[in-house]
Amino acid sequence: MSNPAGMPVLEPAEGAKDQHMVINMGPQHPATHGVLRLVVEIDGEIVVRLYPEIGYLHTGIEKTCEAKFYQQVVPLTDRINYLDPLSNNLCYCLAVEKLLALEIPGKAQWIRVVLAELSRLNSHLIWLGTHAMDIGALTVFLYTFREREDILRLFEAVAGQRMMTSYFRIGGVSMEPPLDFFDRVQSFIGILPEKIDEYANLLTGNPIFKNRLQGVGTISAADAIALGVSGPPLRASGVDFDLRRDIPYSSYEKFQFKVPVLTEGDCWARYLVRLDEMRESIKIIQQALDGMPEGPVKADAPKIVLPDREKMKTQMEALIHHFKIVTEGFAVPAGEVYQGVESGHGPTGYYVVSDGTAKPYRVHMRYPSFATLQALETMCKGRMLADVVAVIGSIDIVLGEIDR
Amino acid sequence: MNNTLTGKAAVLEGLPEHPAVKAILAWNPQALTDAKWDRGELTLTIAAEEIRSAAAAVQAGGYNFFEDMTAVDWFPAAPRFQLSYHILSHGFKEHIRLRVLLDEAEPSVDSITTVWPAANYYEREVFDLFGIRFEGHPNLRRILMPDDWVGHPLRKDYPVEGYR
Repeated sequence: MSNPAGMPVLEPAEGAKDQHMVINMGPQHPATHGVLRLVVEIDGEIVVRLYPEIGYLHTGIEKTCEAKFYQQVVPLTDRINYLDPLSNNLCYCLAVEKLLALEIPGKAQWIRVVLAELSRLNSHLIWLGTHAMDIGALTVFLYTFREREDILRLFEAVAGQRMMTSYFRIGGVSMEPPLDFFDRVQSFIGILPEKIDEYANLLTGNPIFKNRLQGVGTISAADAIALGVSGPPLRASGVDFDLRRDIPYSSYEKFQFKVPVLTEGDCWARYLVRLDEMRESIKIIQQALDGMPEGPVKADAPKIVLPDREKMKTQMEALIHHFKIVTEGFAVPAGEVYQGVESGHGPTGYYVVSDGTAKPYRVHMRYPSFATLQALETMCKGRMLADVVAVIGSIDIVLGEIDR
Repeated sequence: MNNTLTGKAAVLEGLPEHPAVKAILAWNPQALTDAKWDRGELTLTIAAEEIRSAAAAVQAGGYNFFEDMTAVDWFPAAPRFQLSYHILSHGFKEHIRLRVLLDEAEPSVDSITTVWPAANYYEREVFDLFGIRFEGHPNLRRILMPDDWVGHPLRKDYPVEGYR
């Protein structure tokens, strides 16, 4: 590993002051996917050292959570990784449900699987479009955003919101999906495989794209584990681990799917792994639609789950519960839990500490991009400056989840 | 196994075959000050001065991936700070939590970046937001807040309104 200490790059190294140059990339650089600042020491075009500066998007969400009721934290989680909102909702809700020891009905769990996979597709489509655009293949961006628009319309149909969905709630999902929702999902996943082939047709056989990615940003499995790389980049380095299969949650153990693993560990492998993941997501959604159980979409816990609008307006009990939940929240038994889910970028983890009151004592979010950024120098060292752009695209970072 | 086991003796008796428990016992049983099995999660409380070698011990015991580390401020209770290290095993397909308790005055603990370089950013984050120092950390600077910021925002006694 190069510079494992991760020391800041302030000026060229001793003895190379005449030859090396320190340049600043970002925080307003289009290829940094947000507000990431990289300080890079270069020898001509070759990267010698690289130091990421983060924090430009820090909004103190963890502190804000401590002042909210448990159910009020759900909308905050959307805004952390805004490209994969439902995975954030899912991870937080599962953590609180673990604290409450709340059983979630089968149908709600399967709806969660459908939407979490759509959310992963959403995240991967944006990654593919922007990654290809950074490299200069502008066309793919237009196509992936066309399909992403379909996913956003599906989100709008269930949640009323295109991006900040907050559809999963503690105890289930906020309401029954509209009647034609599953048919719309079915027709969407019917067309998606050929669209993915279309992207692959534009990129996989494209010699320019291939030359820009193959052998670039290589990281070994041992280095990747030491530096905290997780999710698709870790699987592209040959580590066969996926939380959905290995530590299943939300009834993922009932689905059959492959976990794509490659051993090269370069940008090209990361590209292929994500492309295969999209195909696997479609299979999961298909199984969920075929076997969708009947039943309620919310847990039977009137003191925790908001009642239906209809019941609230006709039944005294429901009205009282509604009033209590909105004004006082609900107490959660004291304890601490860590819940992980596999989001589009890799394993997301929520650490929730309760002191027995209606507000979380501490909420900490573990997001994969934060740790993966530590490996950026190892991936880029000794390569051309232009390769930094390709590597950032291939590790698929979102600054919202790094800075929180 | 959904029952709760509270206390070192109960966990040692109830989960003698757990790989993390075995790794810690083979390393130094005295450094394990408390333990808990709750909601399917194992929490091992380690004496603060031993955390670096405890991390190396569980790493050798198969818990190969450093996943997360953060702190909890129990102000005004004592000991005030709790550090929670979440370690994942790709082989056992399980998380464990190592827990360290620190007193309020000049909280400081050994850095585990020599065991897992991935802890680098996490320790900087805890230093930045809680003001806990990590001895032996290669680059203990603020990471999320500006370099000239005064105070540590995630401490419970940090004012959340009014002028700074």
